[in-house]
Amino acid sequence: MMEWMEKQMPKLVLAPSFAASLIFVYGFIGWTAWVSLTKSKLLPRYDIVGPIQYQRLFDSPRWDVALSNLFVFGFLFIVISMLLGLVLAILLDQKIRTEGIIRTIYLYPMALSLIVTGTAWKWILNPGLGFEAMVQSWGWDSFTFGWLVDPDMAIYTVVIAGVWQASGFVMALFLAGLRSVDQEIIKAAQVDGIPTWRIYSSIILPSMAAVFLSAFIVLAHLAIKSFDLVIALTGGGPGYATDLPATYMYTMAFSRGDIGQAASSAMVMMMVVFAIVVPYLYSELRARND
Amino acid sequence: MTNSLITNPLRKMMKRLVLRWLLYLLLCTFALYYMMPLFVMITTSLKNLEEIRTGSLMSLPREITMAAWSTAWSSACTGIQCEGLRPYFWNSVLLAVPAVLISTIIGAINGYVVAQWRFKLSNILFALMLFGCFIPFQVVLLPMARVLGMTGLAGSISGLIFVHVIYGIGFTTLFFRNYYVTIPAELVKAAKVDGASFWRIFFSIFLPLSLPIIVVTVIWQFTQIWNDFLFGVSFSQAGTQPITVALNNIVNSTTGVKEYNVDMAAAIIAALPTLLVYIVAGKYFIRGLTAGSVKG
Repeated sequence: MMEWMEKQMPKLVLAPSFAASLIFVYGFIGWTAWVSLTKSKLLPRYDIVGPIQYQRLFDSPRWDVALSNLFVFGFLFIVISMLLGLVLAILLDQKIRTEGIIRTIYLYPMALSLIVTGTAWKWILNPGLGFEAMVQSWGWDSFTFGWLVDPDMAIYTVVIAGVWQASGFVMALFLAGLRSVDQEIIKAAQVDGIPTWRIYSSIILPSMAAVFLSAFIVLAHLAIKSFDLVIALTGGGPGYATDLPATYMYTMAFSRGDIGQAASSAMVMMMVVFAIVVPYLYSELRARND
Repeated sequence: MTNSLITNPLRKMMKRLVLRWLLYLLLCTFALYYMMPLFVMITTSLKNLEEIRTGSLMSLPREITMAAWSTAWSSACTGIQCEGLRPYFWNSVLLAVPAVLISTIIGAINGYVVAQWRFKLSNILFALMLFGCFIPFQVVLLPMARVLGMTGLAGSISGLIFVHVIYGIGFTTLFFRNYYVTIPAELVKAAKVDGASFWRIFFSIFLPLSLPIIVVTVIWQFTQIWNDFLFGVSFSQAGTQPITVALNNIVNSTTGVKEYNVDMAAAIIAALPTLLVYIVAGKYFIRGLTAGSVKG
């Protein structure tokens, strides 16, 4: 008996965790998928009627706003964070004596909760007493900056705060990538008199494709899951102008009592994540096995 | 001819110096950009409301007052209750400490199995578990709310601990697994030949080597759990809310005069533990971030 136990120990140890993920990940996804095909409202129902919830979802103007916000926010957030992160990494890669301190400053927002970030930027961007009032007090009286309360522009304030939070992290990823490039090749290029910008554009950056990809994956993942930041910064408003799929799902689930809509919007979110993550994971796993 | 020989290196040096200067200027400008919100938060939290209304966003406080801090800590309203952040701060501590410890311990043992005691399906099981890290948690919110309700854990801190442990395991396992695969398999083989058991090998060989990865994992999990909002707002009720939820309530549900200084003090209080961890153990924080970068 003891010997059997000892032999099976690895399996016995892993079993509870695996069972937990079977239930709480796969089982739960199955439950949500099932319920998304029913007429569930305040209480879940289990008789499948077909994709009516998805039809309702895509007929809903609010979901339309949420989805297009996701694309606008996601695109700008990813592109600006990547550009800023890359520029900062290259600047910091020039043998800076105080690199440690500067890196620490660039990266600290990543340690904050998005609720904290949202609260801070909400105060800075508020038109009455914040940034707008400050610039006006410098003498530029006609200066206005009311994005936070403008339904057409509010989503860009989410981009501003999001970039502030995540760009330092992208910098850290890129900096690690820059450092892992073979230094011999760079030295050889320098000896040949190739200008620094050409060394970056033709030698270093092309060899960092994997880093670009993983930065993209992380940022895309962050963008799709963005929930806290919108809640704290704009509360989804004005109206529902800054709704994202994540806030739409939450509103349906917990304030509207529309479980069918909550489940179907969650499933769409998951499909978007998978469309991005699965090819990446697949290529990663294949690369490791080769 | 001789003239250009002299001026050329000089001009080159000058150019270099200017470039270098520009570089530092740029780096400092960006540093100011990242520091600005923290600076604004701190100065605003030290001003009184009168000064906030009449002064400028980035000006230093004319007279420093800690009143906003004490309001934020012990009497700001998070809805109907007006007890400040204090009870919620302790909620977050009570939540984060056990959730971090449990998920780290389970991750260590799982990682040990997956890295060193592979069996037929262990890699597939691990991949399936890891997959759980990537799902948007919205997809499990509804069924989890029902399960917590059925088991009587709804709205309790234990319920939140449970949720954080469940969805943290995939990741802690990955951390330890990636660390333990670098330990040569011969070590386990030799120990087995000597008659050491599964647990003996873990406790006397692997655990003593694990300090760095334990630090990375604990910091990662602590930051994640302390900063979590989605689970907190979905699965807690008045009285058991974590600090992020309470902060959001203070900021977004104040009626009457908007007390920006209290909001900022509350935000700093909520951020302080993770900031402190970052300042003290930034190296490990970054290591966790880059190792965890696949998760985001």
